[in-house]
Amino acid sequence: MLDLYGVEITSRLFLGTARYPSPKILADAVRTSRTEIVTVSLRRETAGGKAGGSFLDLIAALGVRILPNTAGCHSVREAVTTAQMAREIFQTNWVKLEVIGHHDTLQPDVFALVEAARILSEDGFEVFPYTTDDLVVAERLVEAGCKVLMPWCAPIGSAMGPVNLPALRAMRAHFAEIPLIVDAGLGRPSHAAAVMELGYEAVLLNTAVANASDPVTMAGAFADAIEAGRAGFKAGLLEPRDMAVSSTPVIGKAVFS
Amino acid sequence: MRNIIVNGEKRAVEATTLDALLSLLDYKGSWIATAVNGEIVRRAERNAYALADGDRVEILSPMQGG
Repeated sequence: MLDLYGVEITSRLFLGTARYPSPKILADAVRTSRTEIVTVSLRRETAGGKAGGSFLDLIAALGVRILPNTAGCHSVREAVTTAQMAREIFQTNWVKLEVIGHHDTLQPDVFALVEAARILSEDGFEVFPYTTDDLVVAERLVEAGCKVLMPWCAPIGSAMGPVNLPALRAMRAHFAEIPLIVDAGLGRPSHAAAVMELGYEAVLLNTAVANASDPVTMAGAFADAIEAGRAGFKAGLLEPRDMAVSSTPVIGKAVFS
Repeated sequence: MRNIIVNGEKRAVEATTLDALLSLLDYKGSWIATAVNGEIVRRAERNAYALADGDRVEILSPMQGG
């Protein structure tokens, strides 16, 4: 079981709800992924519009927990206000805090992120910060009140997978007691398995599933890979070594000459 | 008449409160959240929230996100 702010979660896959070919494919992918947590966002509603209500109904019917994000926010104030508005709509203290600092890489503005995390934590929010793999920033986020960390492993939507495994490994070693969730940059099920083998608690996916040729099948493939990676970690992985080690015992081997 | 910027669009409206503005523009759902000049205005506060000329109103609702 994974404990996130006192909530026990079985599935180690979080799924984003954006960029699917259709609402039906989104709903089917959520089911196939076996996820218990989906991310959602807020956008301007058109006058007389019902888009937001229809989407909310679709998500409610899936019976999953909602993690609202502050995607697209570029300042502390924008992120804080968006989080407060999301809390009113979704009736949850959870927020996936994003404060974007760079247009091309969608890299978080970690300075604003820490400040927003502090303000929101003091206001009763349970913050899931989208951050980098920087240990010092992660320390500051924990000091600000975050009890979960969500480092990227590559830029959002890049599908590059874990480009800096040593950094992710260092983060795992340094924050043994904090749930770590890889939040961005995964492209393939094997990427997800790789970070789970490091001992990460979960991964958050969106583009890799939503933009696959067959998102529903891909959701299941990731779910299996994540479970396999987690089981591998729990079972105790062998460390690589330079020389061969015979797997067949040599005791009792016949001598023919 | 007041000049209000609603979701980035300039509008001249008769509404004096935020609640009245939402009714006037046909925002009905319980799924919307509002902010004025960058600060949240909660559902219960909309009725008493007096609009001023030049106010920037944001009306948000749920959508797909990652």
